[in-house]
Amino acid sequence: MLFVELIVKGLAYGCMYAMMAVGLTLVYGLLRILHIAHAGVFALGAYMVVTVANASGSLALGFAVAVVVSGLAGIAIYRLAYQPILHHAAFVPMVVSIGLFIVMQEGFRMIFGAYGIAFDNNPWYVANLGIAGINLTYVEIAMIVVAIVLVVGFGLFAGLTRAGIGWRATVTDPQMATSFGIDPVRVRYLNFLFGSALAGIAGGLVGLLNNYVEPTMGGAVSYKALAIIVLGGLGSVRGTLIASLTLGVVEAFGAVYLADVFDRDAIGFLFLIVVLMVRPQGLLGRK
Amino acid sequence: MSSYIASIVSVIGINMILALSLNIISGFCGQVSLGHAAFYGIGAYTAAYLAKLGAPLPVTLLAGTIMAGAIGIVVGLTSLRVRHDFLAVTTMGIGFVFLGFVRKQKWLGGELGISGIPGPGLDPLVYAGLIVLFAAAVIVFSIWLKRSWMGFTFDAVADDEDAARTVGVNVSTYKLTAFGIGTALAGLAGGLYIYFARIILPDTFDFVQSIAILTMVVIGGTGSVWGVVAATIGLTLLPEVSRAAADYRLLIFGAMLMLVMRFSPGGLAGLAALVWRPKANS
Repeated sequence: MLFVELIVKGLAYGCMYAMMAVGLTLVYGLLRILHIAHAGVFALGAYMVVTVANASGSLALGFAVAVVVSGLAGIAIYRLAYQPILHHAAFVPMVVSIGLFIVMQEGFRMIFGAYGIAFDNNPWYVANLGIAGINLTYVEIAMIVVAIVLVVGFGLFAGLTRAGIGWRATVTDPQMATSFGIDPVRVRYLNFLFGSALAGIAGGLVGLLNNYVEPTMGGAVSYKALAIIVLGGLGSVRGTLIASLTLGVVEAFGAVYLADVFDRDAIGFLFLIVVLMVRPQGLLGRK
Repeated sequence: MSSYIASIVSVIGINMILALSLNIISGFCGQVSLGHAAFYGIGAYTAAYLAKLGAPLPVTLLAGTIMAGAIGIVVGLTSLRVRHDFLAVTTMGIGFVFLGFVRKQKWLGGELGISGIPGPGLDPLVYAGLIVLFAAAVIVFSIWLKRSWMGFTFDAVADDEDAARTVGVNVSTYKLTAFGIGTALAGLAGGLYIYFARIILPDTFDFVQSIAILTMVVIGGTGSVWGVVAATIGLTLLPEVSRAAADYRLLIFGAMLMLVMRFSPGGLAGLAALVWRPKANS
């Protein structure tokens, strides 16, 4: 039964990675920036959920605030940090992103304190659902459900709506899309709004999962999300989703069977390096 | 007071070797690395392990340097397979793999690291002088390298890999050479560090350390030797001169990274070149 349980737990983590990685891959697909500061947005979302939920007693209100605030933060990041330097070599936005991430992390430390905040009331943290001998907490189930709903919703949006088609056109060929009357800047705003809101939700869910929100919580998750988008073949949403779930499962097994040699974070990256040596373009990337 | 000066001088010297070594990989040869602290760590762990067994200082330094360089060449092989953004994330991953490995090794002290490392057998001030000597040697070597035939080739690889290959440059060899030299020097810095600190913890060599090294290179001006030297001295002294700067050290680093990239992507060296036309960027 351990085998099945590890797969299910791995998939739950994979869903959370997917919510982070989709935002990163959208940014990369559009602007070719490794958006490391996404980790800051993730932690911002978690802080919004925990402070609002503790103050008002309503988890739903917490998530609503988190979605709005992290979405707006994403737009602000694009407008203030990335837009002025887009014409420079790829190295420059990446360094800016690292700088921004450090600033955000230190900002949380100053505003919310270095020791982290727990939820006053987190019923999902302990509540367990046992199906056929597999124990899942409600938070893990929520992660799977939320990720599926959001990713399917995004797929429908990209496939069926006018704005979605405009977005896909801009990712494929920005110049051509512009000649057809699509405003590329608006597409970028939409991109950051959606991706960052997703990261905010993921942050809130991870806060619930650990019942703890701290300034550096974005770090490990988003470094792994970066590994995932590389693994998926930078810019490919489908590859990113497959890579997220794969990494979640690989980590779940690795954390049990390789526990004496590597820690959890190392296993994910080891997997990345091995795959890249075999397929330098990523799982689904094109050369 | 003299021990305070010795410790500051030692830290500046070690940081300078680290920054200049990354500058050879990322500045001269254009290969982004976000995991440089791992090689610093490999040098430190190798030297510390041998020092605890009773090996003398020259042996441990040399072993740390060779070990880091050898592993660096292996890691450099990844730069032949993946480029640019892929390489940035891969090297970042190397840092996490190193850390994750070291943390789980009982014979390397696990989370607690290695403590009780014997001293260098020199007065702290003399040892600081030795570190400065090594740092000066690395400065001279960097300048020589930059002006040498190999430096020009690095430049070509950094500028346009495919064009370099077209004119007959063996790109792979030069990339591996850059990784080998840069990581070996980081290993040397690690070896020097252990006799100064006398204790090493895995967290000393984490992602934040990699970013700190990168910060010195980027703020100094990627590829510029004197710019990197100036930035290293400035950034290391900053927390010492101002209490506020010590409390908000990381915040200041982050903000400086953003501002420098926004207004002068060439760093201090880029600014200097603006002030003194004919370009003074060696």
